[in-house]
Amino acid sequence: MRMSTRLRRAAVAAALLLGSAASGAQELVVSAAASLTNAFQAVGKSFEQARPGAKVTFNFAASGPLLAQIQQGAPVDVFASADQETMNRAASANLIALSTRADFAANTLVLILPTASTQAPTQLSDLAGGAFRRISTGTPATVPVGRYTMEAIDKAGLTEALQSRWIYGESVRQVLNYVARGEVDAGFVYRTDALIEPGKTRIALTVPTGTPVTYPIARVAASSNAVLANEFIAYVRSAPGQDILQRHGFSKP
Amino acid sequence: MPALFVPLWLTLKVALLATLIAGVVGIALGWWLARRQFAGRSIVDSLLMLPMVLPPTVIGYYLIVLIGRNGVFGQYLDRWFGINLIFTWQGAVIAASVVSLPLVYKGARAAFEEVDGRFANAARTLGAGELEVFLRVSLPLAMRGIAAGLMLAFARATGEFGATLMIAGNLPGKTQTLSIAVYEAVQAGNDGHALWLTLVISVVCMVVLVASGRLLQSRH
Repeated sequence: MRMSTRLRRAAVAAALLLGSAASGAQELVVSAAASLTNAFQAVGKSFEQARPGAKVTFNFAASGPLLAQIQQGAPVDVFASADQETMNRAASANLIALSTRADFAANTLVLILPTASTQAPTQLSDLAGGAFRRISTGTPATVPVGRYTMEAIDKAGLTEALQSRWIYGESVRQVLNYVARGEVDAGFVYRTDALIEPGKTRIALTVPTGTPVTYPIARVAASSNAVLANEFIAYVRSAPGQDILQRHGFSKP
Repeated sequence: MPALFVPLWLTLKVALLATLIAGVVGIALGWWLARRQFAGRSIVDSLLMLPMVLPPTVIGYYLIVLIGRNGVFGQYLDRWFGINLIFTWQGAVIAASVVSLPLVYKGARAAFEEVDGRFANAARTLGAGELEVFLRVSLPLAMRGIAAGLMLAFARATGEFGATLMIAGNLPGKTQTLSIAVYEAVQAGNDGHALWLTLVISVVCMVVLVASGRLLQSRH
């Protein structure tokens, strides 16, 4: 008898816990490129204030895995990637509402070093020197920063010279972490990422990219929350949204 | 096909070496804790079991702090010997050894405790030294329990993911084991490749389980 009362209490507690997670505000799930982490968290807060009743939940990762999740039917409302290519793949797989696609920010690729490094490369070809045994960037197949990096390395004719030195991160933020810890000798990230760890990393070079680093956003075609998704996209592109992005170092597309 | 065999070979190499390291260390510690009574014995026991209950990411972080390039020991490895363990397959071996150690240790300790102490004493009265008692009496008698622990350790090392990813990274051909290759294939939306890798790892694990079952039965 006592046991069954306890069980019932436990069941009620569990139901309350589950219920509180499911109920409440109108929820919007936004899958966004890892480099947008800090800026989008601020945009999300500001959006929630501007639109009472809305609750934005973010899912940050490299653009490639985010696309794979949407492809596999993850309940995502808005997708923001760090390159056009990933969004193009989403478009050709009919995963996004094409009319909602728009570029909302731009960035630059930079080469960063651990602050303690004694090196001072002035051009990409300096990386071929013996001091840079381990160089990090994102996995080119899934992480946009890896693709931008390989494009620049290819153009500089360094593909073979650097071939055995790459340490691939799962997202641009992991590359940043590897450099900040001093586990690698140099790494390629976006300028906005480098600004997050100013004490541990320093920017050595701004790397020109053949393809400009621009961020597209779009509503996911399967979103069950189209109105709110459109409002969020509009907010990101509005003056208050753009202000926040620029404060985090992004430029206009 | 090389896309399957390279991670498979790497996985087997890492798991075998990790089982070897965890085996030697785990059997020695199991033997020691099974027969010695000392203050703090239960603390040592808990410490050795910790890798089994801690999340692999926590193990990975501990290892980064210890053997990373700026780590507690890692900085000296780097400065004195030029050894870097992070992002190498040797680093993956260390991660897999740590997580599979409790399985060998627990099995070995239980097996040694079950061995009747009178056999060891009988050997001693016949003039056997401690090492001889261990090698020719206790170890053979405890072998079944130890073998079971070793098999489980090998299976655990084969599937190791979290700590390995943090220590060794995801470098195709260098540190990308089967479990990490599956993860990357799914991340990239490459489901066909993920399916193949999944089948390979499933077959490997089935072989280990069947082989260990046979091995244990035949000794019965």
